[in-house]
Amino acid sequence: MLSANRLRRLWRRRPAQREFMRSAGVRFGILHAAVFALSTLALAGFLWWSTAGLLERQTEAAINADTQGLSERYGEGGLLALEETLDQRMAGNIDDDALYLLADPLFNKLSGNLERWPVKVNMDSAWYNLSIERAGRRGVALVHHFELPGGFHLLVGRDVEVRSQMARMLTDALLWSGVVALVLGTIGALAVRSLFRITLADVSATARAISAGDLTRRVRVSGRRDEFDRLAETINDMLDRIARLMDGVRQVSNAIAHDLRTPIARARARLEDAAAHATGEADLRAAIERAEADLDGVITIFQALLRIAEIEAGARRSAFARIDLGPLLADLADLYSAAAEEREQILAARIPDSLPAYGDPAMIQQAVANLLDNALKFSPPGSTIRLEASTGADQVTRITVADQGPGIPAADRTRATERFFRGEQARHTPGSGLGLALVQAVATLHGGTVSLEDNQPGLSATLILATRPPAQPAPSQVNTSSSHDQSAVAPLEA
Amino acid sequence: MRILVVEDDKDVAGFVVKGLKEAGHVVEHADNGRDGLFLAASENFDAIVLDRMLPGGVDGLRLLETLRAQNNQTPVLFLSAMAGVDDRVRGLKAGGDDYLTKPFAFAELLARVEGLSRRGRGEGPATKLQTADLEMDLLSRTVKRAGQKIDLQPREFRLLEYLMRHAGQVVTRTMLLEGVWDYHFDPQTNVIDVHVSRLRQKVDKPYPTSLIHTVRNAGYMLRPETP
Repeated sequence: MLSANRLRRLWRRRPAQREFMRSAGVRFGILHAAVFALSTLALAGFLWWSTAGLLERQTEAAINADTQGLSERYGEGGLLALEETLDQRMAGNIDDDALYLLADPLFNKLSGNLERWPVKVNMDSAWYNLSIERAGRRGVALVHHFELPGGFHLLVGRDVEVRSQMARMLTDALLWSGVVALVLGTIGALAVRSLFRITLADVSATARAISAGDLTRRVRVSGRRDEFDRLAETINDMLDRIARLMDGVRQVSNAIAHDLRTPIARARARLEDAAAHATGEADLRAAIERAEADLDGVITIFQALLRIAEIEAGARRSAFARIDLGPLLADLADLYSAAAEEREQILAARIPDSLPAYGDPAMIQQAVANLLDNALKFSPPGSTIRLEASTGADQVTRITVADQGPGIPAADRTRATERFFRGEQARHTPGSGLGLALVQAVATLHGGTVSLEDNQPGLSATLILATRPPAQPAPSQVNTSSSHDQSAVAPLEA
Repeated sequence: MRILVVEDDKDVAGFVVKGLKEAGHVVEHADNGRDGLFLAASENFDAIVLDRMLPGGVDGLRLLETLRAQNNQTPVLFLSAMAGVDDRVRGLKAGGDDYLTKPFAFAELLARVEGLSRRGRGEGPATKLQTADLEMDLLSRTVKRAGQKIDLQPREFRLLEYLMRHAGQVVTRTMLLEGVWDYHFDPQTNVIDVHVSRLRQKVDKPYPTSLIHTVRNAGYMLRPETP
C-alpha cells in the first residue's frame, strides 16, 4: 500500500514532468488512451464471461446432474446398483470425457475409469481441478467429490482438456489484443496531441508575432469550417479590429502633429513677438487675446478628438434607450433655423411628429448638429438647406441634411469622415476637420453608417441608424430608467 | 459671496482665487481634500469650487459625498480635467450642482459660480419674475414690458426666463445651451447669438432702454440700464 505521503510525493513530480502534464494535448491524448483501454478491457471481460465461463458453467451443471442420478441409484439399489450404473454410463459415454471413480472408505478403487483415488481429493462435496493421465494422455479434469452413506466415496468429473485449451487460446488472444489496444491507444494519443499542437501552434505563433508588433499576421483558416476554423476567424476578426484601431491611433497622432502644431505655433509666435516688440499695453493685450483665441481653437480640437475617441471606444452605451427623434430634431431645426435666416439661407425641415429610434439622444443631437453646422457654413446665401428624417420599412432611421454648397468631390467622399480630413473647398473656412469624423463615430456606435451623396449641387449627408435595439440583449448593461421596456436596455453591438 | 476653492494646482488655484476676489467675493482656499472637507464642513459658504483629483486621501467625489451625507447642501461646482461624459454624470450624481471641465475660461467659471449661489437660494415657487419694467408671469406664460404685452415663441420665452432668473449675472453661451436647450456640446455656428438677438428685437428694440447686454468675451447679462 502506498502511504498518503508517498502518493503526494509521486504527485509532486519534477517540473519537466508537470510541464508535460500541463499540456492540453497530452491530457487529451491520455484521456483518449484511457477511454480506449477501458473499452477494450470491458470487451475482453465480456468475451471471457460469455465463452470460457459459459463452458465451465455447463460442465458443472452436467456433473451435478450426473451425481444426482448416481446418488439416486445408490439410494435405491445400494452399492451394486451404483456400480452397474457406472459401467453403463462409461460404456454409453461416446465422447469418453466422463470420469467416474468409486472407492471404499479407505480410498481403494472399487470401480471407475480412473487409475486410483487422487491424493488431494478428500473433502466432501468439493470441486477439484485435477491433472489426470488416462491412456497415456495427460489432461485436465474437473471433478466433484461426493461421500456416500456407508463411508464410500464417489468421484464424478469431466475431462476438460479441450475446454482448457480453448481458454488458453482465448487468454492469449485477449492478452495480445490488450497489447494492440495499448499500442493503438498510444498512437491515437500522440495523434490527438500533435493535432492540438499543429492547430494551436499557428494561433500562438500569430499571437506572438502580433505582440512583437507585426499586425499584418493572421491565423491560417483551413477551410474545413470546423471549430478550429471558427476560432481562427474570430481571432482574425479581433485582429482586424485591433489593426483598424491602431491605424486610427497612428492617423490621429500624425494629424495631431500637423493640425495642432499650427495653432500652437501661431500662438507662441504671437506671444514671443509681443514680448519682444510690443510698444504699449494695448499691443500686449491684443496679442495675448489673439493667442488666447488660438489656444481656444486647440482646446476645441482636443475636446472633439477626445469625444470621438470616447464614442469609438464604445463605452458610452449606458445612455442608450428607446427615444423619439421627432421632438429632438424639431428642437435642432428650431435652434438652427434662426442662424440660417441670419445668413439669408432657408432651413427647410421635414420631420415626422414621432420618429422612434434606439440610441443615445445627446450623441445623435450632436451628430445632426455637426451636419447642420457644416451645411450652414458651406452654403451660399439664398440657398436652401433640407433637414429630413424618416423610418424606412427596413427598420432603419434616415436623417438627411442636404445643402447647396460646393459639396465634396466623389473622390474625396470616402475619406471625408476621417479625422482631420479637409477637402479643397474647406481649406479656407474655419473648422477642425473633425465634424464628420464625429458623425461617423456616432453612426458606427449605433450600428449604422454615414452616407455622403451628391445633392446636385451640394452635399447630401445621411445618418443611417438602426431603429430598434439588436435582437441579442447584453445583460451587462442595465438601464435604471423604468419608462422603457426591458428590451430597450440592450446596447447596440457595433 | 463666500466661496471655498478646493484645488491642488497652485497656478489654477491662484488664478481662480484672484479672479473671484476681483469679482468682489470672499474666497477661502484649500489645496488638499482633507483640509477642504474640514473647511467645508465647519464653515458656511455660498458655493464651493471643487477639483475632482485631490491629494490627501480624500478626492473630490469623496469630499462631496461626505458633505452631502452630513446634510450640507452648499452648492458645488466641479472643476475637473476628467472630461468624459461618464465622469460628468458621476460628478452630478454624487451631488454636484454643475460641472466645468479644464481647460476653462475664467468668465465661464465666474458666471457658473454666481449662477450656483442663486440656485442655492432656491428659485422655489416664484410665479412672477421682474427686472426693471420687464415682467414675466410664469403661470399664464405672458411677458409684459412697460405694461405692453410681448408675444414670444415658446423657446424665446424659456430663453428670457433663464436670463431673468439670472438677472444681474453673466450668462455664458454654454450655460444658455445647457439651461435652455439642454445641449451639452458647442455648436460651431453662432446659433445662440442669433436667438439672443431675435429676443432683443422683441424685448429691447421698441423701448428706449436695453435690458439684455452683451458682456465681452463672456456672454450676456440681463440688468436694468445703468445710467
